[in-house]
Amino acid sequence: MTPLKQYPPRPDKVYFYGTCLIDLFYPGAGLDGIRLLEREGIEVVFPDDQTCCGQPAYTSGYHDEARAVAAAQLDLFPEPWPVIVPSGSCGGMMRTHYPQLFAGTEREAQARELAGRIFELTEFLVHVCHVKLTDRGEPQRVAMHTSCSARREMGVADTGPALLGQLERVELVEQARAAECCGFGGTFAVRHPEVSAAMVDDKTRAIEEAGAEHFVTSDCGCLMNIDGHLEQQQRPVRGEHIASYLWRRTS
Amino acid sequence: MSVQTFTPQAFHRQAHDALGNPQIRSNFRRAMDGLMDKRRSVFSEWDVETLRELGANIRLRALSRLPDLLEQLEANCQANGIRVHWASDGDEACRIVREICQAREAKSVIKGKSMVSEEMHLNAHLEEAGIEALESDLGEYLVQLNEQTPSHIIMPAIHLNTDEISDILHDKTGTERTRDVDAMTAAARAQLRERFMAADVGISGVNFAVAETGTLCLVENEGNGRMTTTVPPVHIAVTGIEKVVERLRDVPPLYALLTRSATGQPVTTYFNMISGPRRADEHDGPEEVHLVLVDNGRSAIYQDDELLDTLRCIRCGACMNHCPVYTRVGGHTYGTTYPGPIGKILMPHLMGLEATRDLPSASSLCGACGEVCPVKIPIPDLLVRLRKESVGEGRGNVPGAGVKRNRKEVFAWKSWQWLATHPGAWRAGTGMAGKLRGLAPSTLRPWTDYRTVPKPASTTLHALVKRHRQDHDTTGESES
Repeated sequence: MTPLKQYPPRPDKVYFYGTCLIDLFYPGAGLDGIRLLEREGIEVVFPDDQTCCGQPAYTSGYHDEARAVAAAQLDLFPEPWPVIVPSGSCGGMMRTHYPQLFAGTEREAQARELAGRIFELTEFLVHVCHVKLTDRGEPQRVAMHTSCSARREMGVADTGPALLGQLERVELVEQARAAECCGFGGTFAVRHPEVSAAMVDDKTRAIEEAGAEHFVTSDCGCLMNIDGHLEQQQRPVRGEHIASYLWRRTS
Repeated sequence: MSVQTFTPQAFHRQAHDALGNPQIRSNFRRAMDGLMDKRRSVFSEWDVETLRELGANIRLRALSRLPDLLEQLEANCQANGIRVHWASDGDEACRIVREICQAREAKSVIKGKSMVSEEMHLNAHLEEAGIEALESDLGEYLVQLNEQTPSHIIMPAIHLNTDEISDILHDKTGTERTRDVDAMTAAARAQLRERFMAADVGISGVNFAVAETGTLCLVENEGNGRMTTTVPPVHIAVTGIEKVVERLRDVPPLYALLTRSATGQPVTTYFNMISGPRRADEHDGPEEVHLVLVDNGRSAIYQDDELLDTLRCIRCGACMNHCPVYTRVGGHTYGTTYPGPIGKILMPHLMGLEATRDLPSASSLCGACGEVCPVKIPIPDLLVRLRKESVGEGRGNVPGAGVKRNRKEVFAWKSWQWLATHPGAWRAGTGMAGKLRGLAPSTLRPWTDYRTVPKPASTTLHALVKRHRQDHDTTGESES
């Protein structure tokens, strides 16, 4: 369990770390995250040289390769501003695993310092921006899937639902076993495809059985998995990143 | 019911079979849902995080002094009249147990539940020596009748439902078929009762071995543990060397954590504290008590300051109850004595990474196991560590280290590393991927066996941000 965290006052500037999945597959979600922050009067700095946090190699056991890639990211955030990550998974990598990855190296202190100012997007909107949302969308029943890393590595299972709860015409429905993994797990989905498929199939059924017309998630890995399965099965419910959903309904 | 042998080498095939077996799927789902609910409700009034912290610290403190505590345990057990034996591996432990049995000319052994004895394959060893070993824990009894191995460390027969159990009792013992669980339990109880009386030796496991007092604690619900350790003239307790705790007062918090985490019980029906054979002025209890301390790979784990955390385990099974993989494939699929998350981090040490090559990767690293572990074993971190050992980037001190390293994968990760450390090339590459998205393959197996193919967006976030900045500069204000 993540210990209680002290949040800083609302800063004038933040860094935005878009993540490679968003960069390549869901760039709109990244831009919507930036817009949500800018609407709070915060200047968002997007370091152009960002690539990938290194997690895919890290969880596959290729730590030398992961460390080289992570080291390149460490240098992108020289100012002491918070770093906002629209993903619990990449955020968890930077907050929890960077210090482990660089332990005993000359970069350890740098990794620890950065880890201390990594925030997941919804966490930052709730706890630092104290954002107030005005719903402009049609009534809709929505399920939220919080990623395992947001929930357990970053300890921010409540902030996504809290934001959705501010949307007046959104009915947040909770699927059975909401805390259970969707079966993505990065390379797990490819190394153990059948087990992963059984998990995502259960997850999509639970979302449908909860009566959701739509689902949102704060992680694009889960999104690619859950939405990809729904689409392959030609089932009507679709999903999107929570940043896009919040921006679309409130702008 | 056919007898099937499961091996970790065949994990993929076994997982495939289990996933396609609706009986296994529903038996495990129902059982694990129930166990998760029970745990949640029994801890609802407790400050579970503080208790877990305490449990973790007790275990860490014990492990930090393991060699000393084992010697202290030996001395205090001996002072209590318990004979202590050391076994470096399972074979030696089996030989020690067999020789104790043979010295008493034992023909029949009754067993309480012991996962270490499963790890040693003790029953098969004794049977080869002409000694019959009968399991007395109801679940173990059923599994033994059905010629299977346990599918869960706490609930060995959790893979069986009522009808299957009825069939087993009918086919193997002639019990009348029934769906009445009480009737079945009573039948098994009657069958076992006679065997307790006739047994020459009782063999049990140990939950906590207290160094300070030389006391062996045994946690159980059925009373078979008490019968096993008190009725036969000889009691042999077998345990892994990591089960030692420093002081008697370390036991209550661990016991509170164990029963709540395992079955959601605030307390078990029986809690046995065994502190020696029958004294001269006592009327019952065994004439001899033996303790077999089994290493079997544990000392090697102990040498590594990260892997050491594996040895904190108090064998509650909560990690499997909460594991989305275990819940779907069941315990036998792993093909190892200990299944589920704890099995995935323990068995590679016992069997080597070659035999268990598919176990450390069989996790989405969701962290549910680590979240509920009563002694806070960082199971996901240890899985990652074993993956690192598998691909030859670890410390090389796990048997079979480097077994999964191959040129193709190394090349792929090195290429990825180059791209991700050359931002210009990264931007060019990802930008190009978007432009060529029409050429993206329509299948990308195995991903697309169950999902649509992920297509690169037509533009990257890098490009969108660039455009967004230009808009900003022209309008001088945010777009909202």
